[in-house]
Amino acid sequence: MSNTFTFTAKHLLGLENLSREEILHLIDTAESFREISERDIKKVPTLRGKTVVGLFYEPSTRTRTSFEIAAKRLSADFVNMSTSTSSVSKGETLLDTARNITAMRPDCLVMRHDRPGAAHYLANRVDCPIINAGDGAHEHPTQSLLDLLTIRDRLGRIEGLTVAIVGDILHSRVTRSNVHALRKLGAHVRLIGPPTLLPREANAWGEVSYDLERGLRGADVIMMLRLQRERQGRNFLPSLDEYSRYFCLTRRALEAAGKDAIVLHPGPINRGIEISSEVADGAASLILDQVTNGVAVRMAVLFLLVNRPRGSAAAAVPQGGAP
Amino acid sequence: MSSLLVHGGTVIDPASGRHEAADVLVRDGHVAGVAAPGSLPEADERIDARGCWVLPGLIDMHVHLREPGYEYKETVATGALSAVAGGVTSLACMANTNPVNDSAAVTRFILDRARDAGLARVYPIGALSVGLRGQQLAEIGEMREAGIIAVSDDGMPVADGALMSRALEYSSMFDLPVIVHEEDPCLAGEGVMNEGPTSFRLGLKGMPAAAEEAMLARDLALLERTGGHLHVAHLSTAGSVRLVRMAKQRGLSVSAEVTPHHFTLTDEAVASYDTDAKMKPPLRSAEDVEALVDGLREGVIDVIASDHAPHHRDEKDVEFDCAAFGIVGLETLLPLCLRLVRDRGVPLETIVRALTVNPARVLRLPAGGLAAGSVADLTVVDPEWEWTLRRGALHSKSKNTPFDGWTMKGAARTTVVGGRIVWRAEPSAGPQEVRK
Repeated sequence: MSNTFTFTAKHLLGLENLSREEILHLIDTAESFREISERDIKKVPTLRGKTVVGLFYEPSTRTRTSFEIAAKRLSADFVNMSTSTSSVSKGETLLDTARNITAMRPDCLVMRHDRPGAAHYLANRVDCPIINAGDGAHEHPTQSLLDLLTIRDRLGRIEGLTVAIVGDILHSRVTRSNVHALRKLGAHVRLIGPPTLLPREANAWGEVSYDLERGLRGADVIMMLRLQRERQGRNFLPSLDEYSRYFCLTRRALEAAGKDAIVLHPGPINRGIEISSEVADGAASLILDQVTNGVAVRMAVLFLLVNRPRGSAAAAVPQGGAP
Repeated sequence: MSSLLVHGGTVIDPASGRHEAADVLVRDGHVAGVAAPGSLPEADERIDARGCWVLPGLIDMHVHLREPGYEYKETVATGALSAVAGGVTSLACMANTNPVNDSAAVTRFILDRARDAGLARVYPIGALSVGLRGQQLAEIGEMREAGIIAVSDDGMPVADGALMSRALEYSSMFDLPVIVHEEDPCLAGEGVMNEGPTSFRLGLKGMPAAAEEAMLARDLALLERTGGHLHVAHLSTAGSVRLVRMAKQRGLSVSAEVTPHHFTLTDEAVASYDTDAKMKPPLRSAEDVEALVDGLREGVIDVIASDHAPHHRDEKDVEFDCAAFGIVGLETLLPLCLRLVRDRGVPLETIVRALTVNPARVLRLPAGGLAAGSVADLTVVDPEWEWTLRRGALHSKSKNTPFDGWTMKGAARTTVVGGRIVWRAEPSAGPQEVRK
């Protein structure tokens, strides 16, 4: 880990605009925090007296819970405000809601929203660090960071790996964050899915394949995406059944990849649709490691954005766990 | 009545093929003569046009005035002020007010408001269908008698091909052009910007170029047998330029328009989720911009119009998906056109034609030229005037422009409507800073 690197970004809105060094620093910091969650008493006082507010405009159990646990293990107070976009559209605007919350002087906003760019929008208008916990089909940076940490743990590197991302590329914020990060870190990206969910623009992002087994050949990492059930009503696919016929990661499809290939999925999984139970629960699957790493990644991000000494842009990483 | 002498300028009047140093004498609201400098008699009032171009008053045939119904965005009076500040002497306003301009009563109301404002000439465009609902033809004849000069459902594209066919047939009886905003609603879907690499990167829903081209192809096919005149508003894609070119080669009665923002910006202007770059049709790719400029140069595109679409700050300062479509354009029309002349080598004559005589022909307006006997609408343009656009200084009630902070060169110094000076900017100040 680089001890001299300083992380100066005020917000974490996405990975597109972060450098390779910044991304590695985030993963390194997460790695150093992981040990706290393995202790008997899973709490350090690092962010004592700090308040983190979750602003979730879209249903999310996993990401919200992960952020809440991360904040609490750092001794920050976590307050969540879940709301549906529909109730907001009747009344208060996003900006007014955010202004009201920031008037209560939180130290960080963690935001999930169904509109792409919503986190950028707020970042330009409120004076509080913002962590993008997913903005529509745009980015989901902490998901990508935990994916990267999980890959590096198992395979020892990211550079030079072939990573195949499979499924609804068009609507996937996980894909966008991962493509930006993987390419900066020197991985080869493949994108696999039906053409309706894999537009021709994707050719500029990676090697495109409409054939699962061919696309997986020689892949070191397989990232499966959750298929939103509502896509079938919009004619992106005829039926879930037909989708799974061509794009479900079964043991047979997995065998097309290298024998040491690992499988990731951001969850929640649709068993039997994009991934078979046999694979999801099998030896290649790192789905639960991802979830564990998610807490460490979010601790790292909260730490780097919130624990800023007054007048200084950067936080010092605590050595050996609790400072 | 009074007389006015515009002296010392260069008269550029494509309608009469004139481009030379000349004075213009105006008497009783009409052009009394255009002649060699110093050869015309003195007048009650003089406009010093030395170093300036004297153009027929500019015509902006695509404007949203928002009155009645949305006066918080724009009124007829503020829109007309914005027009003359931008050198525009005649404008045509779209029907999407509240109530919709689908009746003679609303048409008369708008004309009354314009008369009260007394600045630019305002020509209402009637709705094609009742309530812009795309179901039943509006009473086009009655509106014609009240003063409409075209029919259009503009931003509510007519999905029903049979209705469009009837509208073309029926309006031909009154010699009224049908103005179309080409967008297949199913293909455009919930799109908020151009479909392409930028929308893919931003995770925003895209509107494909084919949404415009498919609808345009349908309307051109209808026009083959309906008669009437089809005017295609704001072309935005290379494919649309190709379709209009082919239709013109076939001799169809079609004309086409482009906006300054579509030939100035690409969809990369959206890259930071800037809602002032959100409009319909959306900003497109660099190749599309290239094709639009070529179309203008070739004469495939006849008209430049602003699609002036004022929106309140509250409708723009929201998440990109939720923001209103459209930008104000009356005060950026001329400088962005002059930029095209300087940077892209489009002939000045072509630009002036697209801002004067061509829209006048499409709408059959008694304007667009400076021949003796014409109405004395003219715009005195200082082509060397450098200034910086500030959104706060716009005369429109709304400030939604993506051109805030741009350095512009060229602006209207004096705007004359019917022989009357309705706008004069002081030489010492920027064009935005002084009003008459």
